[in-house]
Amino acid sequence: MRDLKFHPCGNYRESYREELTVFETDFGRLWMALGLAVLFGVVPWTTSPYMLYVINTIGIMAIAAIGLNILIGSTGLISLGHGAFFGVGAYAAGVLASSWNVPIYLAVPAAGIITALTGMIFGIPSGRLKGLYLAIATLAGQFIIEYVLVHWEDVTQGTMGITLPDPSILGVSLRGDRPFFFVIFIVLAAMTWMAVNIMRTRFGRAFVAIRDNDRAAEGMGIPVFPYKLLSFGISSFYAGIAGAIWAFYMISITAEPFTMMMSVEFIAMVIIGGLGSISGSILGAVFITMLNETLRWVTDILMNAGGLAGLELTLAPLRELAFGLAIVLFILFEPKGLAEIWRVVRSSFRLWPFSY
Amino acid sequence: MDFFLQLLVNGICIGFLYGISAMGFVMIFKSSSVVNFAHGELLAAGAFLFLALVTWANLPVPAAFLLTLAGTFILGFVIERLFLRPLIGEPLIEVVMLTIGLASILKGAMLLIWGGNLHNYPDFLPEGLGLHFGAVSIPPVYTTSILISILFLLLFGLFFKFSSQGIYMRSVADNQTAALSLGVHVKKVFALSWAIAALVAGMSGIVLGIINGINVHELSAIGLKVFPVVILGGLDSIGGAIIGGLIIGLLETFTGGYISTSLRDVIPYIALVVILLIRPYGLFGLVEIERV
Repeated sequence: MRDLKFHPCGNYRESYREELTVFETDFGRLWMALGLAVLFGVVPWTTSPYMLYVINTIGIMAIAAIGLNILIGSTGLISLGHGAFFGVGAYAAGVLASSWNVPIYLAVPAAGIITALTGMIFGIPSGRLKGLYLAIATLAGQFIIEYVLVHWEDVTQGTMGITLPDPSILGVSLRGDRPFFFVIFIVLAAMTWMAVNIMRTRFGRAFVAIRDNDRAAEGMGIPVFPYKLLSFGISSFYAGIAGAIWAFYMISITAEPFTMMMSVEFIAMVIIGGLGSISGSILGAVFITMLNETLRWVTDILMNAGGLAGLELTLAPLRELAFGLAIVLFILFEPKGLAEIWRVVRSSFRLWPFSY
Repeated sequence: MDFFLQLLVNGICIGFLYGISAMGFVMIFKSSSVVNFAHGELLAAGAFLFLALVTWANLPVPAAFLLTLAGTFILGFVIERLFLRPLIGEPLIEVVMLTIGLASILKGAMLLIWGGNLHNYPDFLPEGLGLHFGAVSIPPVYTTSILISILFLLLFGLFFKFSSQGIYMRSVADNQTAALSLGVHVKKVFALSWAIAALVAGMSGIVLGIINGINVHELSAIGLKVFPVVILGGLDSIGGAIIGGLIIGLLETFTGGYISTSLRDVIPYIALVVILLIRPYGLFGLVEIERV
């Protein structure tokens, strides 16, 4: 057995191979194994159904947020239509499962691919546009998809929505929070693994080159437009997978949740988590989902306190307010997000007591 | 034929309003290249401030109008000072997200105070302002709002042409570095342009409120509809904003009248994508030339 690696006190990498390692030390490997063991062995068996529901929501949102982070954080393309792509995935899975009885393990990847194709169609403007203009073009995409989801009644059944059949894998019925916990987190783990490895290969490096300077990237021989489309495709694939699982989990879907607000929430996850950081996207998903749930809890308490009941205190405005405040404060005070805070905390432990 | 004419008149009126609403947006973009996703909320802020002054404080309409303008001017100034100034020179995505966050804050605050219902101003417009040409009629609210808008357009035209602050603002819009080197206080110009833009937005909010009633959700939706308008006209041209507004307004009313009412709200965005694909910098926008 080779020697265990510990944290070096500086950057002593000598080869490109070392630069590409996923785990800097063996402790990283160990912690991850422990983390996965706790996640699958302890969490689903000990938490209350409500907490499990929250955790499942976090998992689904994290899948979509990782996808958006590949697009925004790594490729530098802004998309304001991620919520709509999530909806496309949900509807694709819904239609496949309810009309053609496609089983869940085929419907979810198929929905991912359909969404990836949709995303690439709306990514075509990125060939000529960037920055602000692209953001506005994807905003238009959001509204167009929303319209299609509501008005293409032959397929989506309009405002009626779709009810999905009970999913099952190899005869085992998946209903309820616990079975879905396993589905969601196994997919999340696989998708995280995929994202980490995309970023280590030529694709990931091309994305980063395009983000940093697209004309220079073109000059270095990277075909910019195909890679931009690919980035759109990958990010919508993630959104589609997340949406499809969400549809199976929620049983019935309508076009209502897939609004601009959802897209904004995804961008907030990416920004609050940390642009370009995969662990950051997961942290961002945790933060935003917990924020929503905490606000719901607080308003419930205020409503039940009696004295405030006459004020018609409703969830939506407070949520809106706190959500906006969280985004603004993060951008003003920690623009690199939770991932940066985590890094600072970690390195202050590592470098103690000689932090300079 | 009458139906067509009525649609044409309605389209022009609505388009004019869109153009006016977009003016504040263009002003901010032109001077500080910030895309303001909180524009709809600024419209709503003006409309609600006016409502509060007219109904709660029972002020006479002209006094309330002037106070609203002053209030939105200060609001714009404060927003720039607190939120936008620290972000000068930061990447676009952060600025975009900040204005989206700002939109959430303003919207949440207004929903908390006034709720999501439709409010109406008390009737204060004289009936005589309505115009009738045969079967085509223009209700008094449209004529009043168009008169107000034209007045403001003229005022701002004069302000940008002749006043020193207006000339500073144009110089910053034209070339920030050159303006800096000639001694223009660029940060002051940013603050002023946000303040003026918020004022214009407040004014357009009042006008929209007179016509459709005031509702937070609807006004913030109009704030997003500003995007097709300004993209059509070119992001940095105030005259283009008016023309873009007219085109979008006509497109909307004709789609609503002849094809289907549900398509009405989406057609501006479809037009937007098409325009972006054909002429990425809009009909009147400046083509940016990039060099490595």
